[in-house]
Order: sequence, then C-alpha cells, then structure tokens
Amino acid sequence: MAKNPQVIKREEVVIRFSGDSGDGMQLTGTLFSDTAALFGNDLSTFPDYPAEIRAPQGTVGGVSGFQVHVGHSEINTPGDYTDVLVAMNPAAVKANARWVKPGGIIIFDKDNFTDKNIEKAGYKGDPVIEEKLDSFNVIDAPISSMVKEALKDFGLDPKSVLRTKNMFALGMVYWLFDRKLKYTEQYFDKKFIKKPEIAQANKVALRAGYYYAETIEALNPVIKIEPAPIQKGTYRNICGNTATAWGLLAAAERAGLRAFIGSYPITPATGILEDMAARKDLGVKSFQAEDEIAGICTSIGASFAGNLAVTSTSGPGMALKSEAIGLAVMAELPLVIINVQRAGPSTGLPTKTEQADLMQALYGRNGECPLVVIAASTPSDCFHFAYEAAKIALEHMTPVLLLTDSYLANSSEPWRIPVMKDLPEIKPPFADTNDKPFLPYKRDCETLARSWALPGTPGLEHRIGGLEKTMKGTVSYIPENHEMMVNFRAEKVAKVAEKIPDLKVYGKESGDLLVVGWGGSRGYLITAVKELQAEGYKVSQAHFNYIFPMPKNVREVFSKYKKIVVAELNLGQFADYLRIKYQEFTYHQINKVQGLPFTIGEIKEKCIKILEEK
Amino acid sequence: MAEAQSLQYTPKDFKSDQEVRWCPGCGDHAVLNAVQKALPELGIPKEKVVFISGIGCSSRFPYYMDTYGFHGIHGRAAAIASGVKIANPDLSVWEITGDGDALAIGGNHFIHAIRRNIDINLILFNNEIYGLTKGQYSPTSEKGLVTKTSPFGTVEEPFSVGELVIGAKGKFFARTVDSNVTLSTQIYIEAARHKGTSVVEVLQNCVIFNDAIHEVVTGKEVRDDRTIILKHGEPMIFGKDNGKGLVLDGLKLKVVKIGENGITKDDLMVHDAHETNPGIQYMLAHMGYPDYPVALGVIRSVTGNTYETDVEDQINSVRENSKIKSMDDLLVSGSVWKVE
Repeated sequence: MAKNPQVIKREEVVIRFSGDSGDGMQLTGTLFSDTAALFGNDLSTFPDYPAEIRAPQGTVGGVSGFQVHVGHSEINTPGDYTDVLVAMNPAAVKANARWVKPGGIIIFDKDNFTDKNIEKAGYKGDPVIEEKLDSFNVIDAPISSMVKEALKDFGLDPKSVLRTKNMFALGMVYWLFDRKLKYTEQYFDKKFIKKPEIAQANKVALRAGYYYAETIEALNPVIKIEPAPIQKGTYRNICGNTATAWGLLAAAERAGLRAFIGSYPITPATGILEDMAARKDLGVKSFQAEDEIAGICTSIGASFAGNLAVTSTSGPGMALKSEAIGLAVMAELPLVIINVQRAGPSTGLPTKTEQADLMQALYGRNGECPLVVIAASTPSDCFHFAYEAAKIALEHMTPVLLLTDSYLANSSEPWRIPVMKDLPEIKPPFADTNDKPFLPYKRDCETLARSWALPGTPGLEHRIGGLEKTMKGTVSYIPENHEMMVNFRAEKVAKVAEKIPDLKVYGKESGDLLVVGWGGSRGYLITAVKELQAEGYKVSQAHFNYIFPMPKNVREVFSKYKKIVVAELNLGQFADYLRIKYQEFTYHQINKVQGLPFTIGEIKEKCIKILEEK
Repeated sequence: MAEAQSLQYTPKDFKSDQEVRWCPGCGDHAVLNAVQKALPELGIPKEKVVFISGIGCSSRFPYYMDTYGFHGIHGRAAAIASGVKIANPDLSVWEITGDGDALAIGGNHFIHAIRRNIDINLILFNNEIYGLTKGQYSPTSEKGLVTKTSPFGTVEEPFSVGELVIGAKGKFFARTVDSNVTLSTQIYIEAARHKGTSVVEVLQNCVIFNDAIHEVVTGKEVRDDRTIILKHGEPMIFGKDNGKGLVLDGLKLKVVKIGENGITKDDLMVHDAHETNPGIQYMLAHMGYPDYPVALGVIRSVTGNTYETDVEDQINSVRENSKIKSMDDLLVSGSVWKVE
C-alpha cells in the first residue's frame, strides 16, 4: 500500500450492505463479519431480506440488506443507525437512506442509477437531491463498469462479470476499515474449487474495489476498530437457528438419546430443521412432515418411543400444533417445541420479527394445559436455552416451549464454544423394570414427573393417551380424579421453578426505573440502559428467559425500583402477564409492532419520558 | 430366545385388564378377537408390540391390548405411529383407525404414511358412519345416505379405501369383514409380516347408527355370491359351489359362470397380489355390488424399501464418511478462531 492514509480509531461502527435480492448482499455481509470476527472484534449482525425469493428487480420491495455492528468494546445489537451504507441500486438508497447516521458514508454503484432504475425505486429525479444526500459523504463509484474493465480478459459472460459487483463494493469497505482480504480470498478458493475462474474473478473484483478506494482518496480517513477484549477460548460465529439446533443435539448426546425432529418448513424456523437434517453423522432422525400437525405428532410418537423429540415452527404453525401440544401435556411426554416468532397475525410479515406469540405460548390450548415456556435472548444463547429446554423436558416429563424470534434466528454473533463435558448432566426418569406393576402416572415425589417406560422394555407394557386417566392408566371420568390430575400437571410444571436461576439485574439493585424485557430484545435493552446509566440515570435492566414458571425472586427484584417499564415487540402481552402475576406493581410500557427490533434511541427516549413523569 | 418365548403366547396374553366398552353387537369386538388371535402367531415378544389409535369408537382398541399403547388425537394416529416406528424400527407398530379418523380429518397423514411406506400395520374399521359422535355421514358413506347431518341424503361421493391406498403408492392392501374372524386373522398375520405400510380395510358393522350397512354383500345368505376371497396364485373363483369367476374382457373385469359359453376354471384370472403394476389390483379393489363381487383378502402385496430402514441406512452411511463423530467435533468444525 503505497499511500499512507490518515487513520482514526473508533470504538464501534455499523455497516449496512444493501442491494437487489439477487446482488449477493447476504454473502457480502457475512464475509465482512467473518473477517471482523477473525480480527478479534466483537460483533452482531442482522440480515433483512424480502419474503420473495426474487422480488421485482430494482424495486424497494426487493431490497435485501445485511447490517453488521463491529466493535472494540462489547456489542449487543446490530446497531440502530449505520455509519456506512453500501447501496447497489437506487431502491437500496430509497429503502435505507433514513438509517444512515448524519455525516455517514454512502457508497453506491453510479452505473446502476439509470433513469429506469431511479423511476423503479420511486424517485422522480436524482436520488442524491431528493434524499438530500449531500449532507453525507457520498461515494458514487462506477462499480459495474469497473468490474467489467477489471474482468474483461476473463472470457466470462456479462452476467457472471456483474455478479462480482458485490465483491468490488466489499473491497472498498475493507480498505475503509483497514481489513485484510486474505480470509475472503480463501473463502472463494474453497467455495469455487472446481471453478477456479470464478474464484479468481471474485478475488480480482475484491482487489479492484480495494485499490479503487485507496486511489480515490475520498474514503479518508481510514477507520480502525481494534480487537475487543474478549474472554479466552475458541470462538465461532453462530446464528440463532443454528445455535438452537446445536443446543438440542448437545442435549441429546449428553442424555444418551437419539435426537428426532419432526417439522414442516416455515419461515423463519426452517433453518433449525435444515441444521438438524444435516447432522445424520450424529444420528439425528429428521422428518420433514406433510404438515405442522404431523410434525409434532411424529415427534410425540418418537418421544413415546424414547427419542429426544423436537418440533420447530413459527406462529401460524404453532396454531396448528395446539391440539397435539395438549396431547403431549396429557401424555406427560418430554417434547421440545420451538416457536421462532414472526410478525403476525395470520401470515403477517413472515420474514420480520415480533414477540407477539407470548399469550399463545402460555395459554393457547384447550383445557388447563400448562407447559414450561422459555425464551432465548441472544443468537448464541439459543444454544444454552435449547439445551435447558431439552433438559427440563426430559427430567420433568413435560413439553417445553422455547420462544425465539426472527431477529435471533437470522442474526449472528461470535460465540465462545463450550466443551461438552462442561454442560450439565441430563438424567431422564426412566422407569424401573423391577417396579411392578408399572403404573404410568405414578409420580416422583420431588418433581411430580411420571416415569418414562420405553416400548420394547419387557414388563412395562402400558397405555397412555389424551383421555383423562387414573394413576394406573385407566380411563376415568371420576370428577375428583380429573381435578386431582389437573392439579398434578399444574404443580409439576410449577415445580420447575425450583431448578431455574434467579432473575438477575443489570445495573444497581435499586433505582428510579427498572427496564423489564424478555426474549430477543435483550441486546437493545441492555445497550440503552448502559447508555442511560452513563448519562447518570438510575436505571437498571431485568431480563426474563424463564417465562413460565418464573424465577422465584421477581417480586423482590421489582420492589426495589420506583418505576417499572416493560419493553416488548407487541402491544403489551408480557406487561399484562406481569399484571396477573404480580398485581401490586404498576407497569409502564414500551411497545413496537413494526416487524423490526427496537432501536436504542427510541428505548432511551421513552425511558427518559417515564422517568420525568410525575 | 424371543421365538421360544413367543410360542407360549395365547390370545389371552394380549388381553388387558380393561373392560371392553364397545356396544354389544359392535363389529369391533370381532376385530379385537381376530387381532388377539393373530398376534401369538407372529413370534413377536409382546413388549415390542405397540398399538396406536386416533379418535373414534375403534380408537379405544389400544386400551384392550396388553401391549404398549397410545390413544392419540383425531386423525393423527398415522403420524404418531410414524414417529414411533422411525424412532425405534425394532417395534411392531399397529395403527387402529376408522373411516372418519383416517380418511377425513386424518386423510393427509394417511396418504403420506402410505407414500413413505413406513412399516405400520394399519387396520381401518370402515362402518361408513361417525359412531362416537352418534351418527353423522363419513367420507365412505354411500352417496345419498340419510344421517343426522344429511337429513336429505348426502350429495358427495365416497372414497374407496383401496383406490386411495393404491393412488397413494400403497404396497399392501387387504379387505376383510369383521364377522369373518378366520379370514381376518389370516390377513392380520400377512399384514404384520409385510414390510411397509399394510392397510387392511375391515367392513365393520355399527350396530347402532348404521346397522347392516354391509349386509347387502356380507349377509350370510348372499355373501358367497357377492364377495370373492382373493388368494395369491389362485384362480378368481367365487359363488355358491364356486360356480362363478372373474375374467379379463378387454380392459375390464367380467363376471362369468363356469360351464357357460365353454368357460372352465382354467379360463379364470389367477390373482397376482405381487404384481407391481397396480392396474388389475385397482380394478379388483374397485369392484362393488351389484355389478361385481366385493373383493376380500390380500388384493395387493408388493415389496419395497421401507422409510425407517432407508433412514437407518442413510445415517449409517453418512456416519461412516463424516469426520464429525461427536458434538465436540461439530462445535469446532468450519470457521473457528482462538482468542488467547
């Protein structure tokens, strides 16, 4: 590198890659993230793409985005506003300009700003004027013509040449952040091992972009983000869906059981089925069912037969599974049900995030039908909570519902890889073959769990099912027996509270305001609270992962704050739930239902308003 | 060991201590009786036998069997049974279902279990009515049937179980009559020995809500002339004194009288249940009164890969070739980096 550009250091930076859904923005963002992770930054990513595989080219509806937040300090969210926007066409500018920080950098492909594309994006005239982009550092690079020039001797067809545009843009961004190209080059060598000309073309485009950025001197100064102080260990980037699948696989291995997943493809949960189906080498039995109901019913069958059984879905699929969940509750079989929440109701916004299935999770079944409800809160802790869900299901002989969401499912972050032997033991209550006659609904005194007698075991033949039974397994309409069994099932689930950790508080144990959240919004709430604390506000945060039953110290935690606000991506379902459970407190609310995660700014603003209210 | 033990079983060993609660005179009693007779013949240790049902009168069946059992929810027995069999292919899995359970609410699971050829023995009690809900028409009710929900007669065509099984790429289909315990027992044994989804349709009588619905073909006085019991490798002969048979006339089946127009026993078609092309078997399954005798016995029985075995084979082959042998291997596979 001949020139010596000016260099500044930053704590953190947000970059958003955006373009047509065929422009390869997800790959571009992933490659940038991997390079940052290998460099040692902390990071968080968020892909944002349309539901249509190929929405009309050049339209705002077809814009695909990938945001990555990298830092020298701890990063908990993919960031609200971006420092750098890469926009491959006018529609990407239209969709994303409002997310660029004042004075931020916008890189776009000048060659794509034709009259036709400008009109398709919904602009009347020059987007630079209409969006008042002159207040930003706009780099209008002729990306298409540059890659054509760089690859003119490759003999590739024009389409393949233009497909490398994203790498030209990535090269520019690498220069801006002083990143090495090595990892990305290795990726292409590996990926196109049988098509070396394609690998080479991408690498040439990447370098061309890098040198172009260096040459134009417009991307100045170069921004350096030093590695983050990260705990020692081996790391990998992981998204929520993969972490969920792997958590379940880990639990199966630790419990010494085969894993079975019966699922039906549904956005945004499909990745869990895919990731488990890929693990035949670990003995996973994956079953792509004919519908959602068959997904859960095959899992119930597999659970009866002795597998760690799982079914994964999203909201509409949950609705279809409700009756069968009731059967699993009644049969008292271990089962993990995962709802990767998306914006509803009905089909809603299938690729967008929301936390509006909470009441469905808690109460969406006929009869008194309690089960354990857990919610993961970061992409990587999906591993931990999937493992916990399986452990509780197996040890307490109950279905467990794990809530994640579209944001957690698709976002990724670096994750310190655990070692299997460090994970807690899982010991299902297998039936004792000496304990005859076998009574299917005889319960453990401590947990109230019944024991698990697997078909194939001599002497433990028994019948279970959806009809109310006596301890012996005989169908019974005796009123008192039904009431007793309803109470047993409720108490069994309530007793799980003995095994779950206390609610922890981020910040001081008392103060003016406690920001309460649950599930996938943790990163946003923590970051907002951290900033408020730095500004001198007496604010703390408490985040719920165990929704039902709840930790035992909730009342004690809540009582130490003057005000409580519940922030969630729905109209107030958790707040209402807390009003039922802990009536003595007043709950303020921060709610959002746009299919998007919170922004830190909006949480802070609303918290300050609540603090200032009399 | 297992063989020796199983030889000692009698039907009584498969009777649970539960009181059988079907209506007196219900055809289900005879089905239970035949299944309990068939099981000792199979040489399967009883702890490996699992009965799974959906909802309906017949679905009470697992409670009366002293084996493992699971009484599921309406329509889903095929899915639950599929899960059990895939999870543990070593089990002998039986599904007990009815015409409403399997063909209305559970139609989707029914056709897909068959398509996958999961090794389940599926006994479909077809009484052409909803009994448990007290008399509404079912997907097999004859068009025009007057029931509580069709007070002026139904206006919809019924399913034919056999046609549906063959359409779903079924490899085993048999039909029997509840009251014919000898034939039923033999068919259950064959169904259990067949690897893959075996569907047995039982023409079963609901004594309360659709009494004698099958009587027109199964009645003592008429059954010889109105049914034909098919046996693989034997001529298609039926009727009192075996006076009638079936021949192929162009592209259709035709009933002929032996001795008329020079027809002899040798001219009759020979039943081939093992023929993979289902054409003739489909026509046999389709036959109905008054034009044809209703076919009983094993109509189709062809071999094929079973889903659960293919799953096991695939797992074994992937395992052999994968570097990932445990979770620890998986966790550090792909792109990882160390922070010192």
